[in-house]
Amino acid sequence: MSAAVSLEHISKIYPLRPRGWRKWLGQPAGPGFQALDDVSLRIEPGEFFGLLGPNGAGKTTLISILAGLARASQGQASVCGYDVVSDYKAARRALGVVPQELVYDPFFTVRETLRNQSGYFGLRNNDDWIDEILHNLGLSDKADSNMRALSGGMKRRVLVAQALVHRPPVIVLDEPTAGVDVDLRHTLWQFISRLNRAGHTIMLTTHYLEEAEELCGRIAMLKRGKLVALDTTAALLARVGGEDLEDAFVRIMHEDPLDPAAQEIAA
Amino acid sequence: MSKPTTLLQPQMQAGLGFPTLLRKELQRFWKVAFQTVAAPVITALLYLVVFAHVLEGHTLVYGRVPYTAFLIPGLMMMSMLQNAFANPSSSLIQSRMSGNLVFILLPPMSHYELFGAYVLAAVARGLAVGLCVWLTALYFAPLMPAQPLWVLVFGLLSCGIMGTLGLIAGLWSEKFDQLSAFQNFLIMPATFLSGVFYSIHTLPPFWLAVSHWNPLFYTIDGFRYGFFAVSDVSPWHSLAVVAGVFAALMLIALRLLAGGYKLRH
Repeated sequence: MSAAVSLEHISKIYPLRPRGWRKWLGQPAGPGFQALDDVSLRIEPGEFFGLLGPNGAGKTTLISILAGLARASQGQASVCGYDVVSDYKAARRALGVVPQELVYDPFFTVRETLRNQSGYFGLRNNDDWIDEILHNLGLSDKADSNMRALSGGMKRRVLVAQALVHRPPVIVLDEPTAGVDVDLRHTLWQFISRLNRAGHTIMLTTHYLEEAEELCGRIAMLKRGKLVALDTTAALLARVGGEDLEDAFVRIMHEDPLDPAAQEIAA
Repeated sequence: MSKPTTLLQPQMQAGLGFPTLLRKELQRFWKVAFQTVAAPVITALLYLVVFAHVLEGHTLVYGRVPYTAFLIPGLMMMSMLQNAFANPSSSLIQSRMSGNLVFILLPPMSHYELFGAYVLAAVARGLAVGLCVWLTALYFAPLMPAQPLWVLVFGLLSCGIMGTLGLIAGLWSEKFDQLSAFQNFLIMPATFLSGVFYSIHTLPPFWLAVSHWNPLFYTIDGFRYGFFAVSDVSPWHSLAVVAGVFAALMLIALRLLAGGYKLRH
């Protein structure tokens, strides 16, 4: 069986944008910004996988490459065995992404938003599933509200719902609980855990490490675009010797990159 | 390599995303039709009232066409061109600024689907505005097309050109001011100087030559041929230019969309 998510030697360099006369002469501005540096990892079907790292470590870039929102400068990425570039239709069909930013289309109601999203995936008559998602995310009574009228937490729920309209086998959540109240967090994790038990692969980024520790079977840590840790949550805690994931995270992030132990982990 | 089980996506009869995106783009302007259709019709009527009042009776264009009647197809086409441009460009820039463009980029839609949806919606808005201008202008002059097929062909192709150009401008612009620069420095002069208000044969030789290099001149001239069966240049000549420009712009737009120009980094 092919991996739910596979990254092979993924690097991403964002070119700097030339300014002024260099722009007009078409000259490059400089070496660019390396967001990801030779990252390889494999997530098996059914895993609950955590992708951790400080701000700017490359988590969102990695997700963007999987989703086809960004292109890798080097390396190959695939979702459920489908290459994200050469077989992009199948890869995107297999992937549901909850973006980090709270974005919405103010022209539409919640139900219209979800119907449109289903339609973009080529699904008509998806209302039964839409109702089920709405119910599970506590959105049923907001179905006919305009997106503009919703609170931040409610908009976040709609974003999650939008990612699920096509029942993707792989679900990626990019900081879904940032700025979200306790109630929604519980509802959200209950629902996501249930989807995971039903066989969906979950990939999660978060800054709430207790969430990651509780939910994720395996964890990868990124630091300045490099993979610095990749192991089961338990093994990671055991090896680094921290009392909890937060402690382990801090230790790993402060390890000297020239330290042989860190080199070994990175390799 | 084994393919994934379809267990989680039972009987997914997935079609294309195109019809939904087209419907959404149509709804987007139709929900605010007062702004997107009625307002440009009012603008065109104001031009008609003012210019017709000043110039009616002073000139016969092509030796036989009264000025008001001559002006109406020009104003129709000008409104169609500007609105066909506005639809995809404003949709894209709004989606980009608010960040919801991601909902169109995540699904498995091809560049043909994106192109088709944005440009067809632009054509629909252009034709809706043109039709409304014509219907209201009937009050001022009972103008019927002499050759409706030419009217339709030039209407469709011209809206197609501007819809495609609007799509390209929407992809290129990252901020509202870039889009309005495109609109004010390129689209407005090109439409105003294309012969909306006059027959280019009344121009001095220099401006006559310049007009022949403006592709929008051919959209209006060919469109007028459909109404009066006379025009500045042969309608076949105009058709060749208009179709050629549309094809060239279409290739550019498809190329940009396929490469993810300013969409996928």
